[in-house]
Amino acid sequence: MKAKVHVTLKSGVLDPQGKAVGHALASLGFDGVGDVRQGKYIEIDLNDTDAGTARARVEDMCQKLLANTVIENYHVDIEG
Amino acid sequence: MTAAIIVFPGSNRERDMRLALEASFGRAPVMVWHRETALPDVDLIVVPGGFSYGDYLRSGAMAAHSPIMREVKARAEAGVHVLGVCNGFQVLCETGLLPGALMRNASLKFICRDVHLRVERADTAFTGGYQKGDVMRVPVAHHDGNYFADTATLDRLEGEGQVAVRYCAPDGAITDAANPNGSQRSIAGVYNDRFNVLGMMPHPEDATHALLGGLGGKPLFDGMAGALKELKGAAA
Repeated sequence: MKAKVHVTLKSGVLDPQGKAVGHALASLGFDGVGDVRQGKYIEIDLNDTDAGTARARVEDMCQKLLANTVIENYHVDIEG
Repeated sequence: MTAAIIVFPGSNRERDMRLALEASFGRAPVMVWHRETALPDVDLIVVPGGFSYGDYLRSGAMAAHSPIMREVKARAEAGVHVLGVCNGFQVLCETGLLPGALMRNASLKFICRDVHLRVERADTAFTGGYQKGDVMRVPVAHHDGNYFADTATLDRLEGEGQVAVRYCAPDGAITDAANPNGSQRSIAGVYNDRFNVLGMMPHPEDATHALLGGLGGKPLFDGMAGALKELKGAAA
């Protein structure tokens, strides 16, 4: 199975990198670009055969390492 | 008194820290590799600056799960004093020993220059060499020093007196211009709620000798030496 994890900054946490990307898009002439937030995308291959177990394990991974829950949210998708 | 310095792959300020500690404590600290699982009996544990594990994932995130950090956490919870500087501060936040997180500098630039810090309280084991309100000049060298915590946490830290040092102007005024990295409420360093753990982004160890351009950090090490000696004497 494969886990696809998105780690994003919590709303209310300033994202200077996202802001810089937004400014760059505007300076390239892209109109109508609002707030830009950047995050991380992580793929993990797993030996699990049960999606429920896989999800529980990956959520544990997010809590312990993949995300810093002081500033970040995470979203887990399990495929395969 | 004895100190231990934790060394990770990518640490690069551990020898500066060693010299500063040796000068004030009168004996060389023990250097402890991150793969160790036990610590000698020490009065102070220091997590030094650098780029542990190349700052992969997040600054300090990998180091926080090094084998030795379990022992550091246990010692801190038992009351042993722990100092984290720069990457060490990031590591202590990632382990949960200190509140908050260090984010990318608001300017997005790596900042390497001297800053001024205002000492918010002088009655801890770390700051006895200063008076409350003293201003020290010490360098910063970081990319991720932008201190963040949610409003409730910041209010609690201020209410409980857990803000250790703030970025300030040379006269001690807290201004946006004197805040190099966008840190919430100009926070440069915080204590845990028992005041035996201090984390700070600036490098006091690099301002402990006239040859280094200043002595702004020297009272921190002398103050720790005095306070830890007194604590040891009281316990004996």
